[in-house]
Amino acid sequence: MLEAFSQYFVELADNYPRWNFIFFYEPRQWARIVKGLQYTLMLSFACVILSVIIGVVGAWLQNSPSKWVRRCVQGYIQFFRNTPPFVQLLFFYFALGQFTPSVTGPDGWTEVPIISNVGWAIISLSFFAGAFNVEIFRSGIEAVPESTQEAASALGFSRFQTYVEVVLPLAFRVSLPALNNNLVNLVKTTTQAIGIAVPELLYQCVSIWNDYPSALYPTMLLLFVSFIVLVGILVMGMSRWERATRIPGYGG
Amino acid sequence: MSNVQWDESQPIVSIVDVHKSFGTLEVLKGVSIDVMKGEVICIIGPSGSGKSTLIRCINALNDIQGGSITVEGLEVHDPKLNKLELRKKVGMVFQQYNLFPHKTALENVMMAPIKVLKENKADVEKRARQLMAQVNLQGKEDSYPGELSGGQQQRVAIARSLAMNPDIMLFDEVTAALDPETVKEVLVAIKDLAQSGMTCILVTHEMGFAREIADHIYFTDRGVIVEHGPPATFFTEASDPRTREFLSQIL
Repeated sequence: MLEAFSQYFVELADNYPRWNFIFFYEPRQWARIVKGLQYTLMLSFACVILSVIIGVVGAWLQNSPSKWVRRCVQGYIQFFRNTPPFVQLLFFYFALGQFTPSVTGPDGWTEVPIISNVGWAIISLSFFAGAFNVEIFRSGIEAVPESTQEAASALGFSRFQTYVEVVLPLAFRVSLPALNNNLVNLVKTTTQAIGIAVPELLYQCVSIWNDYPSALYPTMLLLFVSFIVLVGILVMGMSRWERATRIPGYGG
Repeated sequence: MSNVQWDESQPIVSIVDVHKSFGTLEVLKGVSIDVMKGEVICIIGPSGSGKSTLIRCINALNDIQGGSITVEGLEVHDPKLNKLELRKKVGMVFQQYNLFPHKTALENVMMAPIKVLKENKADVEKRARQLMAQVNLQGKEDSYPGELSGGQQQRVAIARSLAMNPDIMLFDEVTAALDPETVKEVLVAIKDLAQSGMTCILVTHEMGFAREIADHIYFTDRGVIVEHGPPATFFTEASDPRTREFLSQIL
């Protein structure tokens, strides 16, 4: 860190005790923030990708000819959409986590569960956001006219080829604004992983202000700014994607 | 499918006593038509008489409840039928064009041969450009469907079907959604095709056109064929009173 930069915040904390930006001049606190940001980014990235995959596959299964497959997808959506994500997280970690096998840890003698708390956070948040993504993609798929799909079958496309080549590319474009919203929510919801001690940004910030109460305001400020930037990047990427996939002469 | 026996002396499409219902509503009540290779057939009749349903049964977009349809000896409604075999033989053009809006005109034409027939991309592109020229759309290859007029879109749709090298083409009221000015350009494309020897089955309201290109005209009403014949006699000597009434309203 730059000397003058750190020095400024040391003096600021001296003059205004409620504004102790301790992470800007104490390397150990800075390291906590960096680690927290890394976990938040990793969680967000993994959950965004996984939840979109769950959405695409779920929407495909929702159109399955088998009544039971459709019912299972419906049950999944109802469960994950109608229960609080925080409760889901606790349920996955504390209830399901008991039934997963353990392996010997890296130190050679402790037993650690095969799925860590970070693993459970990714699984639980992905399934939570995935349930919404299924519904989002379903509405996109329903916007693709039956007659366009018929034209594809008349040309010899199989059901799967029609889905991949025609339905998905069109449904995706229709779904992007709604998907955008859900992914923004998902990124923000990753902070709930604090409940199972995933060392993401909120967890690190709470640790800092517990250790140094004078750092409470600055740390909260950091949290807000971090998420505004993080979500801003996501939204910018999504709208750029939206523009890149716009079809000339089609839709709005 | 190698055991299918068919040669050109037999009908290329044979529709025998076909019955089709949507729920309790019976739309086709025993329809039979034979089409020989190279023939151009027009099916006319009032709205709701089942003509579109009939043509959609030929390439199995609709199923049937009775009777049989064979295409080059293939039993269309055999549950064991490989639908791809059928759809390679039969091309179809729809009233609403139904192009893929996210692909350019050329990509629309190229898509099925590449994805379905797994043909070489360069060969397909060459053929697709020829087909675009054949339907008079040189220069529109890179336009998206949304940037084309209805008549242009419909001609892309014709080229797209032809790219699969079908033996039979089905046209389902292909000019019904078009402006009067653009109808002609589509009809010209169909006429060229018919004159090149393609077997064509058309559902149409264009009586003048039917009279000009059809080898045989069928008139359907309430799910049955009430009158049929070559255009020369069909329009002048129709004996059935419903046909005469329909023709008098239209001509």
